[in-house]
Amino acid sequence: MNTIGLRRLAVGQRAVIARIQASGELGRRIRDMGLTQGSEIEVVGRAPLQDPVALRVKNFTLTLRNNEADHIQVTPLDPAAS
Amino acid sequence: MSERLTIALAGNPNSGKTTVFNALTGARQHVGNYPGITVERKEGTARSGDADLHVVDLPGTYSLTAYSQEELVARHVLIEEKPDAAINVVNAGVLERNLYLTVQLLEIGVPLVVSLNMMDEAKRQGLSINAKRLAELLGAPVVETVARTGRGVPELAAAAAQLGRERKGELQPLLISYGPDLDQAIADMAAVLDASPAATAGYAPRWLAIKHLEGDAEIIDALRSRDAETAARLEALSAKVADHCHKTLGTYPEAIIADYRYGFIASILKQDVVQLNRIDRVALSDRIDTVLTHALLGPLIMLGVLYGIYQFTFIVGDIPMTWMGDFFEWLGGVAGDALPDGDLKSLIVSGVIDGVGGVLGFVPLIVIIFLIIAFLEDSGYMARIAYMLDRLFRMFGLHGCSVMPFIVSGGIAGGCAVPGVMAARTLRSRRERLATILTAPFMTCGAKLPVFLMLTAIFFPDNEAQAMFIVTLTAWAVALLVAKGLRSTIISGPSTPFVMELPPYRLPTLRGMCIHAWERTWQFIKRATTVVLPISILLWAAMTYPGLPEEEAALYETRREEIRAAFQPAAEAVAEAEEQAAARPVAELEDEAAEALDEALAVVDAEEAMAALKNSAAGRFGVALEGVSSLAGYEWRTNIALAAGFAAKEVFVATLGTAYSLGETDPEESAPLIERLKSDPDWTMAKGVSLILFMMLYAPCFMTVFTIRQESGSWGWAVFSMVFNTGLAFALAVAAFQILR
Repeated sequence: MNTIGLRRLAVGQRAVIARIQASGELGRRIRDMGLTQGSEIEVVGRAPLQDPVALRVKNFTLTLRNNEADHIQVTPLDPAAS
Repeated sequence: MSERLTIALAGNPNSGKTTVFNALTGARQHVGNYPGITVERKEGTARSGDADLHVVDLPGTYSLTAYSQEELVARHVLIEEKPDAAINVVNAGVLERNLYLTVQLLEIGVPLVVSLNMMDEAKRQGLSINAKRLAELLGAPVVETVARTGRGVPELAAAAAQLGRERKGELQPLLISYGPDLDQAIADMAAVLDASPAATAGYAPRWLAIKHLEGDAEIIDALRSRDAETAARLEALSAKVADHCHKTLGTYPEAIIADYRYGFIASILKQDVVQLNRIDRVALSDRIDTVLTHALLGPLIMLGVLYGIYQFTFIVGDIPMTWMGDFFEWLGGVAGDALPDGDLKSLIVSGVIDGVGGVLGFVPLIVIIFLIIAFLEDSGYMARIAYMLDRLFRMFGLHGCSVMPFIVSGGIAGGCAVPGVMAARTLRSRRERLATILTAPFMTCGAKLPVFLMLTAIFFPDNEAQAMFIVTLTAWAVALLVAKGLRSTIISGPSTPFVMELPPYRLPTLRGMCIHAWERTWQFIKRATTVVLPISILLWAAMTYPGLPEEEAALYETRREEIRAAFQPAAEAVAEAEEQAAARPVAELEDEAAEALDEALAVVDAEEAMAALKNSAAGRFGVALEGVSSLAGYEWRTNIALAAGFAAKEVFVATLGTAYSLGETDPEESAPLIERLKSDPDWTMAKGVSLILFMMLYAPCFMTVFTIRQESGSWGWAVFSMVFNTGLAFALAVAAFQILR
């Protein structure tokens, strides 16, 4: 399976988190919000200036800056499967 | 006597925790601060059966690590204050993530009741939750609640009281497996800790071991200071397992611990706890977001909302503010008439009544701004503002939420920095909030406005509107650049991660908004009157004492006598006219004579006031500073007026009037002063530009300084804002004056 940076997902695309390479405060905040390996996410929107991005995970919406999203590798889900 | 139980209230932001707190305690609550920091401490009382419940509302957190003040505070209250029970408010619709905090609370072992809140919303989303099953699996009572309507809240209070009674404060930590690698390390570390009562200091060894592996800075530091030898052994064990995890798994112990916690939660939820009955994916909230955060419409609507907030605050706020102003003016008049002339009268009218009036005059604005903040936060729109503006404000080291404080402080000319600085409460990231608090007062507040209007009328009579527009833009530019400067120097540090929840849109309850606004306004009134009144009296004294030497005062008295004597013949003429019953009515002549006399006396009074002001402490200060201030083009009159502006910026105009022997000048009717200054060769365009810059940037008025102290949590930052802003203002003013002269 190909993994790509979360930043490269398009709005409406769904993916599964493959790997999170953030430590310290950022890593902790990402985990606290339920972004863990194996979680399914969907990009629900982008801010008017294309950054930050809004994600749906575990039945709620959260925001993430592009440079923070770069710490997260995801495996995109086949659109047909969803 | 009935028993008294302490109940702590914990939960995620947006879980409805505050609504539960309001439903439990009603208006019987008190807002304060934890000592030394800006985190609010909310407490209240409630009754359940024959028990008195003392409820402590902990800050909303997602976790219990040591990364933020909020989480540290929550943890301290739970561990150090040993509440009889804790209530964990959980958003039923986002159960999985909310239980992440629940698990950490259970790991501490405090007697815990789970409030499964927002059950109505969860049902609308098609979720059904088996509360009984959840309670069995968590080993903690679960009560379904809808805090907005109060449903389940009495049962919740009863369950917490009962648990508190049964457990008598005993901790029963939940034990979770963190996998073979970490479990062994945790056991080893706990054994080391067990051997040193000095190091554990009453904390559970296993919990300390887990926190140590999580890299919890506070716990590691505390252990070092309590028992250096044990701490060294723990750090060696911790480093070893971290190294092992990194080499074999490519991850950190912290991340593994989180994964196992989520794994534990997932295993619970799988056991027939949650059922999704129908799929209702595109919720109403998401549909609203397609419009409100739309690439083009979103920012437009936001500008409209911000402009609306501004208009609402200052148009609606102006009405009660005028009443307040009129009332204190009337009170000052009554006191002035009742008291004999002299220092006491001056103290009561100019020191006390003006001082208290100054504080209470802000109250309507503060009530409104807190109502608006509560509405924006509870509705979920505040998070969208931050989301849309983050990219822009991040460039200056600020946060998307910084826009509110800037606008309210006068980003649209005419605001007020007191509610503006308070609006920075919506920022949860410390550094960005501090930078916002320190730069928002540069904006063109309503008190600076009459000063700018006067100065532009003098120097740019043909381009007043353009000049005012440039002033407003300059204020924004300076605020953003200074914020950038501060964030690169004394408040440097990476920007706080923008991993933030976008809560679904909800309709705020009026009751919740009113309680929110009232508690914070009351806190302001109590603190402000105790601090602001003495400062107001001090400023009054500086402008009044030591007054004129007796011989000089006598000189003015003599002049007044002379004038009265000179008018005596006129009065006699009137009497004569009366006798002769001349053609002109007597009353008219009398009026004319009295008017002329009053005018002549007013001239002497104004001259005396000027001389007294020059001789006062503030006046001498202004004269002494002439050497330095002349670099920016200011003579002593301007200096005194600027110093007086520290009380409130519009006082600058009145004081300048006094200093030019025109008597106290009403800032709204400064025409005579404008004419006087226009004809003064000292008041050049260079001085005008220099003065506009200085007025825009120098030390905030003392109400704002006080507010900065409240909101930053230290007098240090309040003093910094006075010294730094004045320094910056002076540097720019000198530069402008030297270039333009």
